[in-house]
Amino acid sequence: MEAFTFYLFSFLIIISALAVVTMRNIFHCALFLILCLFSVAGIFVMLHAEFLAAVQVLIYVGAVSILIIFAIMLTSRLAGRDAPVVNEQFFLGGFMSLVLLFSLVYTLKETIFRVVAEPPAPQSTLRIGQMLMTDYVLPFELVSVLLLAVLIGAIVLARREGN
Amino acid sequence: MLLMHYLTLAAILFCIGFFGVVTRRNAVAILMSVELMFNAVNINLVAFNRFTAPDALVGQVFSIFVIVVAAAEVTVGLAIVILIYRNWRSIDADRVNLLKW
Repeated sequence: MEAFTFYLFSFLIIISALAVVTMRNIFHCALFLILCLFSVAGIFVMLHAEFLAAVQVLIYVGAVSILIIFAIMLTSRLAGRDAPVVNEQFFLGGFMSLVLLFSLVYTLKETIFRVVAEPPAPQSTLRIGQMLMTDYVLPFELVSVLLLAVLIGAIVLARREGN
Repeated sequence: MLLMHYLTLAAILFCIGFFGVVTRRNAVAILMSVELMFNAVNINLVAFNRFTAPDALVGQVFSIFVIVVAAAEVTVGLAIVILIYRNWRSIDADRVNLLKW
C-alpha cells in the first residue's frame, strides 16, 4: 500500500513537472504546477511531516499559484502566437539536465547513508513550534524581516510611476 | 519505501526544474520551474530528516524556511516580471538583455 501510494505520487509529480516545463499554454502550465505541488504535499504526508504538508498546501497551492496565475493574466500577451516556447538551448539544456540527473543518481547509489530505523517523532507539529520559538528564533525573526522587506519591495516595484 | 526512492524522486524533480529554467523563454515559466527546484530540495530535506534523524525535526524546520524564502522570491520575481512587461510589452527572457554586454 505504501509503495503504491509512493509510486502514484511520484508519477503525478514527474508527469505534471514535465508538463510544466514543456507545455505551450502558460495557463495550463500553472494548473499542472498546482497538481505537482499537491502531490509534493502528499509525499510530505508519507514522510510523516503533516505540518509541512499543511504549510505546503496553504502557501504554495493557496498563495504562490494564485500569484503566478495573476501574473500570467496580467502579462498574457506574448510576442506572436507562433513564437517558440523554448529557446535555442533546448537540446543542450536537455543534455545537461540528463547528465546532472545521472551524476546525482550515481552519487546517491554510491553513497552509504546512516539510516536509522526509528519511528517518526510523535507530536511533530508541537515540537516544530517549540523549536521555532526557542532554538531557531533568530532565523524565524530574520525571515519575518525578509517578508516585510519583500512586501515593501514588491509594492515599490509594481507601483506605477507618478501617483 | 527507502531513503533512496525519495532522493531519486527529488533528483528527477530538480533536473526537470533545471531543464525548465535553462530552456523556457517566458519569464513566468522560468519562475515556475524555480518553484519545482525548491520543492525538490524540500523533499530532500524532509526525507533526510525522516530517515537519518527522525527525532531531531531540524529538516522540517529548515523546509519551512525554504518555503517562506521561496514565497518571497516568487513575489519579488513576479513584481519584476510585471515591471518588465510594462516597459517592454513582452516577458521573453531572451529579449530582456539590458544588463548584457
